[in-house]
Amino acid sequence: MILVASGGIAVAEGPGDPTAVKKEDDGKWLDKEGNPTYKISADGTVDWFTYSGYRRYHSDCHVCHGPDGMGSTYAPALKDSVKTMSYGDFLGVVASGRKNISTAQENVMPAFGDNPNVACYMDDLYVYLRARSTEAWGRQRPAKKDEKNEVYTKAEDACMGHK
Amino acid sequence: MRKVLLATFLGSAAALAVGSASANDELIKMSQNPKDWVMPTGDYANTRYSKLNQINAQNVGKLQVAWTFSTGVLRGHEGGPLIIGNVMYVHTPFPNKVYAIDLSNENKIIWKYEPKQDPNVIPVMCCDTVNRGLAYGDGKIFLHQADTTLVALDAKTGQVAWSSKNGDPSKGETGTSAPMVIKDKVLIGISGGEFGVQAHMSAYDIKTGKLAWRGYSEGPDNQILVDAEKTTALGKPVGKDSSLKTWQGDQWKIGGGATWGWISYDPELNLVYYGSGNPSTWNPKQRPGDNKWSMTIWARNPDTGVAKWVYQMTPHDEWDYDGVNEMILSDQSINGQPRKLLTHFDRNGLGYTLDRATGELLVAEKYDPKVNWTSGVDMDKNSPTYGRPKVLDAASTDKAGEDHNVKGICPAALGTKDEQPAAYSPDTQLFYVPTNHVCMDYEPFKVSYTAGQPYVGATLSMYPPAGETHMGNFIAWDGKTGKIVWSNKEQFSVWSGALATAGGVVFYGTLEGYLKAVDAKTGKELYKFKTPSGIIGNVTTYENGGKQYVAVLSGVGGWAGIGLAAGLTDPTAGLGAVGGYAALSNYTALGGTLTVFSLPN
Repeated sequence: MILVASGGIAVAEGPGDPTAVKKEDDGKWLDKEGNPTYKISADGTVDWFTYSGYRRYHSDCHVCHGPDGMGSTYAPALKDSVKTMSYGDFLGVVASGRKNISTAQENVMPAFGDNPNVACYMDDLYVYLRARSTEAWGRQRPAKKDEKNEVYTKAEDACMGHK
Repeated sequence: MRKVLLATFLGSAAALAVGSASANDELIKMSQNPKDWVMPTGDYANTRYSKLNQINAQNVGKLQVAWTFSTGVLRGHEGGPLIIGNVMYVHTPFPNKVYAIDLSNENKIIWKYEPKQDPNVIPVMCCDTVNRGLAYGDGKIFLHQADTTLVALDAKTGQVAWSSKNGDPSKGETGTSAPMVIKDKVLIGISGGEFGVQAHMSAYDIKTGKLAWRGYSEGPDNQILVDAEKTTALGKPVGKDSSLKTWQGDQWKIGGGATWGWISYDPELNLVYYGSGNPSTWNPKQRPGDNKWSMTIWARNPDTGVAKWVYQMTPHDEWDYDGVNEMILSDQSINGQPRKLLTHFDRNGLGYTLDRATGELLVAEKYDPKVNWTSGVDMDKNSPTYGRPKVLDAASTDKAGEDHNVKGICPAALGTKDEQPAAYSPDTQLFYVPTNHVCMDYEPFKVSYTAGQPYVGATLSMYPPAGETHMGNFIAWDGKTGKIVWSNKEQFSVWSGALATAGGVVFYGTLEGYLKAVDAKTGKELYKFKTPSGIIGNVTTYENGGKQYVAVLSGVGGWAGIGLAAGLTDPTAGLGAVGGYAALSNYTALGGTLTVFSLPN
């Protein structure tokens, strides 16, 4: 999964209606625009991507961006950032990083495009953060989840280089 | 400059030994003058105790702000200033500015140093761009920059005397810790435990900056600088390949064991002490074995680097209980016998007391009663598991395995105590310990290693122990018996280094921003003042013009700034419920300021 940076970052264009309308073979839900989104049942069961995104977020992202996408003293709250970013811009920033350097602060996001622990899970992270951004999912670990399916597992193993 | 560097590259290792004792003698003498604060740790023993007693338990309530100084930097401010005569040296987080301030002339800035560093080092620093301070020796101020450049500055002018590169940020190696000058060398550790570095303690020649020795935390004997026969662990020789045997294949090459804590030194025994951190990754399943010598107390000879003894506290870590915290050296009697002791408050929640000459384990007790991953350390010298902690199955993330979430482990990964150093008062023979009171859920999973990228492999959530709402304690600890003498609750983790004084007063800071003074005997709060930002710096004292001052850096951030800034997760909150814990951001905001206190005239 190699991702190409998407030039400049357009601000304010959010991802729109998060309602899930279509399920892919790997268990990923898409909205009507065809962008990845979450699917949370009335009993609190989350789709696999939301759960996986929760887990990957709290391994590789939370040391800067804080627990549950809430932000820290030196990195923004991603649950808010994704409200004004398109899916494409999200992928671009995660893959290529960004710098926000002013006279007062130097904030630098590294490029994760070469890090399989992140790059293989971009959609998972996006889906989780999208659920956080609408508060469809709160500040806790998902207790009930859809299981990982075979198509997902195959793609994951290929991306991570596992046999 | 160029000539010096050339000479360094061409010169032989032995050429620079002449006059080696002078810096050491000078520093020992200087550190005995309570008017100054010449080492980041106060003294070689890391006691953070001052003989100054003008400010005492009777009058500390009258303390007031004497002067303040903005560092101009917003990130987390750890460590504290050095004070030598009329000059105070203040450091900052990235970009790692250094200010020399004239205490005899309206606190004017004598010189300022600001290195040019590639900002790409910023995101490679786990948990904020902190720096824990400066060291002094041989007329120079030493700074370990974020990009691992160890730089020597002329203390009078701020001019660069020499600089050496201690690591490679593109591999995740960064500089956060304070150097320590020992004899004719400058010792410095390295950060990057979350990036799979092979961490080390390194010693540089004080005159030239040439690398004298480097002892890794894991690897072959000639890299970790142990002698199979002479280096001991719990009284027995470590034997050949003591580290290699405890790793699978080449995993030691990305084994972590970072060394970013404080360094102590016993001039009589000629031994340097420090701790090594967690093995990489945080997923224990991926690195079978004891992972030696991560999580270890090291006693090394400062001239050669060779280890006299080692003690691994948490073999095969399953929780990120980094062993880097400071080693405090004291001389006390145990069972009527005077002993040379080393006391260490580990991230794993155990307070250890060892004989610092031999590495004999004397005490290992929980310094937070909530610690629940272990039932304690096997103290039976005849037992095959002597010196090992007994890991309880309910808290074992290795037993549960990958993709299983283990709940309710205490302490959390940030430990019962992190880098914030404790103090020791010879008057009360008590240790004053800033602590975290936080538990966690921990789920390890498989990760792959990419150089310079995070290599974590576990998901965590953190919260106060069940039924409690405070996340910190400030305690007094008897290291001889391993017992808490008194304990003060704090709403947030206490992430500030303590100061003990002959005035019978102990000082510390809080994450909300209070500088607090408490009675050394009872813990009774005698004074508090809210500084401009949360305190993760260490409290310092000095005397100038016949007056005692207390100084502390405020500027919230660090690891404390990650979880606590947002408020911790409440795992018991139902679906849609709002976490009940007040966020630190309701109390304080960013900003680096030095606040200096004194009694009114």
